[in-house]
Amino acid sequence: MSNWIKQLAFLLYITGSRGIARRYVVVNGFDGALTMLGLIMGFHASGEVPATVAVSACLGAAIALAVSGLSSAYLSEVAERRKALRELEKAMIVKLGRSAHGQATRLVPIMIALVNGLSPLLISVLITLPLWLSSQHIPLPVDPMSASIGVAFGVIFLLGTYLGRIEHSFWLWSGIRAVLIAAVTSALIIALER
Amino acid sequence: MPSVKRIVLDVLKPHHPNALDLASAIASLAPDYRVSLTIIAVDEKTESAEVIIEGEAVDFAAINGVIGTMGGTIHSIDVVEVAGSPVDPL
Repeated sequence: MSNWIKQLAFLLYITGSRGIARRYVVVNGFDGALTMLGLIMGFHASGEVPATVAVSACLGAAIALAVSGLSSAYLSEVAERRKALRELEKAMIVKLGRSAHGQATRLVPIMIALVNGLSPLLISVLITLPLWLSSQHIPLPVDPMSASIGVAFGVIFLLGTYLGRIEHSFWLWSGIRAVLIAAVTSALIIALER
Repeated sequence: MPSVKRIVLDVLKPHHPNALDLASAIASLAPDYRVSLTIIAVDEKTESAEVIIEGEAVDFAAINGVIGTMGGTIHSIDVVEVAGSPVDPL
């Protein structure tokens, strides 16, 4: 198992794809969190929406985001990796299909696609969790919609702090900056609902 | 049975994996291998390297396999030192 992980990390390294995977986690994770926040804010502003309806709508959107992330990242990465391999083969004047570069051309697009698809899906599921618990008649100490909105803001804050760590800036400011974007989005939704 | 003690190869490799990765991969083939890798030319996508491998019995086929797996290719074998085993008196 650890050899597999080492090999996958090696393939990401030789193709310079670590940064791309990291970027996709944040970009699509942010997409997922903001989409869920928007949906839940919309339900919250429109009044009494049953938790089951909200969960179905959120999960539908989460699956659509995941499939969109998987397919778009896979198609674009396959094209990019194949182009890079062709150029390298031209420079090396040998076929590299059986080398680590050939293996990377086949496996890296799958890894990137999984990251791009799973990131919004997992974040969306996490945000929808309080609503799902409520739909299963599991009592919560707070209103489930408010809890989901709170989780969404928490996840967005964490994504912001992660970005801060990557760019070596002050993590709290990066987190607050991301939360401000979410707050503006929420304000726009509430304003449009009225 | 003669055994190869030292071999000098002219290798063309991509920038990644880097010199350290390639040298380490070759050295990991046998515990007594000593590998010296010198980059002698750098191009836009490739590097030419002189790779010196020393050991009790240098296995060229295995080295060729590792270099190929890492995306490199051997252009030429520039130097070889081979030692023959003593003749059996019987």
